[in-house]
Amino acid sequence: MALPKYTEPHYRIWHYTYLFICGCVFFFLIAPLFVIFPLSFNAEEFLVITDGMKRLDPDAFSLRWYKDMVYGTKNPWGLAAKNSFFIAIFATIGAVILGTVAALGLSSRYMPYKGIIMATLISPMIVPLIISGVAIFFFMAKAGLAATHTGIILAHIILGTPFVVITVTATLSGFDHSVTRAAASLGSNPVNTFMKITLPLILPGVISGALFAFVTSFDEVVIVLFLAGLDNTTIPIQMWTGLREQLSPTILSVATCLILLSTLVLVAAELLRRRSERIRGINR
Amino acid sequence: MSSETQQILTTDGIPLEVSLKKVERRNKFKAFLLVAPLLFFLLIVYISPIFGMLFNSIDDRMVTNALPKTYIAMEKWDGQDLPSEEVFEAFYIDFKKLMEEERDGKLSTQLNYEKNGFKSIIKKLRRKSKSFEEGNYKEQIMSVHERWGNVEYWRAIQRRAPAYSYSKYLKGVDMYENEDGKFVQVEEDRRIYKKLWVRTLKIAFYVTLFCFLMAYPIAHLLATLPMKYSNLLMICVLLPFWTSLLVRTASWMILLQQQGVVNDFLVWIGFVADNKRLEMMYNETGTYIAMTQILLPFMVLPLYSVMKTISPSLVRAGKSLGGTPFITFWKVYFPLTIPGIGAGSLLVFILAIGYYITPELVGGASGTLISNQIAYHMKYTLDWSFASAMGLMLLVGVLAVYWIYNKLVGIDNIKLG
Repeated sequence: MALPKYTEPHYRIWHYTYLFICGCVFFFLIAPLFVIFPLSFNAEEFLVITDGMKRLDPDAFSLRWYKDMVYGTKNPWGLAAKNSFFIAIFATIGAVILGTVAALGLSSRYMPYKGIIMATLISPMIVPLIISGVAIFFFMAKAGLAATHTGIILAHIILGTPFVVITVTATLSGFDHSVTRAAASLGSNPVNTFMKITLPLILPGVISGALFAFVTSFDEVVIVLFLAGLDNTTIPIQMWTGLREQLSPTILSVATCLILLSTLVLVAAELLRRRSERIRGINR
Repeated sequence: MSSETQQILTTDGIPLEVSLKKVERRNKFKAFLLVAPLLFFLLIVYISPIFGMLFNSIDDRMVTNALPKTYIAMEKWDGQDLPSEEVFEAFYIDFKKLMEEERDGKLSTQLNYEKNGFKSIIKKLRRKSKSFEEGNYKEQIMSVHERWGNVEYWRAIQRRAPAYSYSKYLKGVDMYENEDGKFVQVEEDRRIYKKLWVRTLKIAFYVTLFCFLMAYPIAHLLATLPMKYSNLLMICVLLPFWTSLLVRTASWMILLQQQGVVNDFLVWIGFVADNKRLEMMYNETGTYIAMTQILLPFMVLPLYSVMKTISPSLVRAGKSLGGTPFITFWKVYFPLTIPGIGAGSLLVFILAIGYYITPELVGGASGTLISNQIAYHMKYTLDWSFASAMGLMLLVGVLAVYWIYNKLVGIDNIKLG
């Protein structure tokens, strides 16, 4: 963004002000995440940057909160992590299967009432979580599924499907349907065609939808707050309780791990996006 | 079809038109069959419970069913003076049955929503009624507590007679239906919900505005920088987007607390005195700051995807025609970004208006929104029908915004990542 030499001074000033404003906004976006790192290595029990840490005194840093997270006797993080992964994995599988199949139907040009059906399928994303929470709670309580893993998984499938539907329909928008017709004309049955031809081509969209569904489930608090019993506690629920009651540095250790996890997800999502753009580019 | 044109037949001898229609129908059915599992799943597990909330919010059969004899006896009562002995006797019989089934607690909660003070007098009645003698129930009940002799309380019971009522919706806007059937506002000092609706709208509006003001310059920068720099900066937008909401809220709690990093910094540069540290958390300020940062990516991404499609030669053409950079921006570039502004603003507004987690953790008493009140009634007062009523009122608002969004941008154009 180098300015040409002939730029007048007041535009020059304006340009640097603009860059400065942008810098501030980027700082505002990303900096809060980085306060968590140093504090999670705090040797003290307080959530403030101690004088020792400012002097970079090695004694002021320790791994005690990480040890506490893993080995702590009263700590529920082990169970919470197990539940979180269990629920998120099954919710993702459910959402991906239902969402992908629905997206295939939606992208067909024969699909009747496309608008209203799309609006219905996307609705869990638009309706505020608190309302979805209340409605799903009423249903699960009546169905006897409150405080069960099944109930929470079903609820998270609801929340995850819109993402899969959106990403897969987007991938299918550049899909060349003559390849499936070619496969059919060569004698392949529809299931075989889907597995061998369609799925590999739309895979980036499916996986990125799965990532969204996984993260949505893994990060979801509101509905689990209504549905969970003591055995169904998840990482977000534990964090929520911790943040409301007493902020302990153990939470920050967990938060650091979660930030690392989201970095992985971000990298995966970026790679997939580029791949899917490339595939769509070829087809166009 | 006119008789002169010959009907085209397929090899099977069926008219082509019929045959094509048949194929079309079959294709339609096939497409629908693919959507059906998800559609029916959502209809059963999600959409129907939302409509169920509509029923819950007006369902008032609990009280009606609890006091069947009382309401029959009350039909003859004019509501002016205290009801007759008949009503008191019927009420005693109903209440005795409730005590045997241990349902009197629920009744007292329900009646207490209608008029404060029911809880204690029902508890008293429960204790004293065990030693009641037969006959003259009016006097015996009235001797339990003076409020049982107050006609206002009997009118409150009478008001709960219908099996369905919209009173919860009136309560949601601080109103009630008085004895003459007119809608009136509750007393000045007990109006809380109207204030909460206004605050929710205000916070959602300002958060959207702040997000717009901050997102516009950086989306522009991201769209105009060469790829290798913009990809790096994009991480600053995408990493918070993918990070857990609770982690981001936690980091704001650490930053904004009185001994937190922001206050430390302000004291260090001498902006505030050490003993006068700013209170930025557990109030509205906290909600504004945290929600703006958390929702900012949802504004940046749609803006970026629109700005990316604007050809830089348009701006160059504007300049070559003699426009100053400001004029070219305002007359050429800005109008082209309006679809992105609309998409981002509506998305942020819809998300902000129903926000729950962040306000609950950093908002304190003055920074909470309508969702927090819904959760409160779901979890603590257990007034589920009121929670349903408020939830539906919020939902109608959100759907209205969603409808505008769909008209302006189209739901098919939602972009993710």
